[in-house]
Amino acid sequence: MQKSVISIGPFHPLQEEPEHFSLTVEGETVVDVDVEIGYNHRGIEKLSERRNFEQSTFVIERICGICSTSHPFAYTRAVEDIIPVEAPERAKYIRTIIAEGERVHSHLLWMGLAGHFLGYNTVWMWVWRLREEILDVMEILSGNRNSYAMFKPGGVRRDINPDDIPMALKKIDAIIPTMDRLKKAILDDPVLHARLKGIGILSKEEAINYCALGPTSRASGVDRDVRKNAPYGAYDRVDWDMIVTQKGDVFDKVVVRVLETYESIKIIKTCLQQLPSGEIDLKLKSIPPGEGIGAAEAPRGETFHYVRSDGTNRPVRHKVRAPTFMNLPTCKATVPGSTISDAAIILASIDPCYCCTERMAVCTPGGERIYTGKDLIKMSQDKTEKIKREMGIK
Amino acid sequence: MTRAAVLRDFQDRFREDILDFFDKSPKRAYFEINPDALVPAATYIFRDLGARFHIASGVDARTHLEILYHFSIETMNLLISLRVKLDRENPKVDSLANVIKGANWIEREIHELLGIDFPGHPELRRLLLADEWPEGVYPLRQDYQEWDKKAVRDRGV
Repeated sequence: MQKSVISIGPFHPLQEEPEHFSLTVEGETVVDVDVEIGYNHRGIEKLSERRNFEQSTFVIERICGICSTSHPFAYTRAVEDIIPVEAPERAKYIRTIIAEGERVHSHLLWMGLAGHFLGYNTVWMWVWRLREEILDVMEILSGNRNSYAMFKPGGVRRDINPDDIPMALKKIDAIIPTMDRLKKAILDDPVLHARLKGIGILSKEEAINYCALGPTSRASGVDRDVRKNAPYGAYDRVDWDMIVTQKGDVFDKVVVRVLETYESIKIIKTCLQQLPSGEIDLKLKSIPPGEGIGAAEAPRGETFHYVRSDGTNRPVRHKVRAPTFMNLPTCKATVPGSTISDAAIILASIDPCYCCTERMAVCTPGGERIYTGKDLIKMSQDKTEKIKREMGIK
Repeated sequence: MTRAAVLRDFQDRFREDILDFFDKSPKRAYFEINPDALVPAATYIFRDLGARFHIASGVDARTHLEILYHFSIETMNLLISLRVKLDRENPKVDSLANVIKGANWIEREIHELLGIDFPGHPELRRLLLADEWPEGVYPLRQDYQEWDKKAVRDRGV
């Protein structure tokens, strides 16, 4: 059969990172996929070498707009690992609260986008309304809705005011009933079961070999979570469960993210209730020569930072590894064999900083057809409609 | 196996190739190994010890180039870093991408940013840099000079 190449990307305003996918298709079936990245390479590692240790925290907070805390978390831990010291107890709790709040809103953001890709625009709007609530909680606690700027090597920059805690707890409690309804609506929907089960399967062996991270690996039965494997912050002081499912398809990735949101809410509540008193900053004077490694579990998987110091006030090398760097190559294992209408949701299922469905060209010997990103989303939504009709659901 | 047993066993297996061992803390261990022994050593850690490959980080240390391969054994919360030191003039080390699929992209990245060659890599093409970036200019080398006169410059602090 004749093969065609469909290129998706590289720019899309919906999500933040431009990537370019080339899908090689035979008829409707994808046989190969290739990814090109680098459209948004900002040279942050080089930039960080020109800033001192404090300033670098702000630079790398801007690596990602959604998981803006995970990078400073890993970076500050890497700098503390050079010495080595650990942040004060109260700072650890505050860091954990901020990081978990971020996980809740990031997972909700993804659920909304996934709903949109599948033609569930009600879910999209509903989830994002709920996300506003958790952003309000973050604003109460840190003063910012996103990019919290709370971290610094040796502790946190600002304290949480004890007077704000009852208000934050009340707001969090108000989120839970809506979450319950949302969980029912997503996980018990027969159409979503028919649409998402059995597509984009990442086997356990492939997940290990590709070194997949976060929900992408945990949906494939790999019990891998930095918060449990190498506890940091206050994660070993509160009671929570790691969510692991076995099938590795897109539906399982949804399940992991929905249930993880509950665990995160639980962690935030426990941390706010148990928040110890004391110092929040070690007031580090200088960083000795040496190397340090820090890791933190971002919503999408582990972020990994390697920092080398030569005793001056600037890092000589700062390596940043974001989770999507390891998760994105797994599309080579998950996408081939699926149809084009499934490709959009499979590529989105790893929650990449994904943003590529702007332009789509089917290259045929007879010429080139250009689809817009809307068309790709529409193909995905049409398939859901078709399943609904077949199941007799209006 | 305990942490001490794992480290001792690894040292026994690769006795000839381990050039240096730095036991930094209960969670961190650094081995400097002979570049020729990288693939067997990494394969042993990844396959037999069941470790996870985090990433590799390339460093220009002025006198030589260095790559650190970070692995962690999650059951015992131990992070092992394998360090290889490479000659500045002709830096190359065998590719791990055929053993660990997750090493494919990072080797492509180090190849273009630091100019280290990885013989045996299935597709050593560019990952991040633009097509118009000149050959042989490696941005993460310490002697990197700005080549694009029209570029918007970072003015520092």
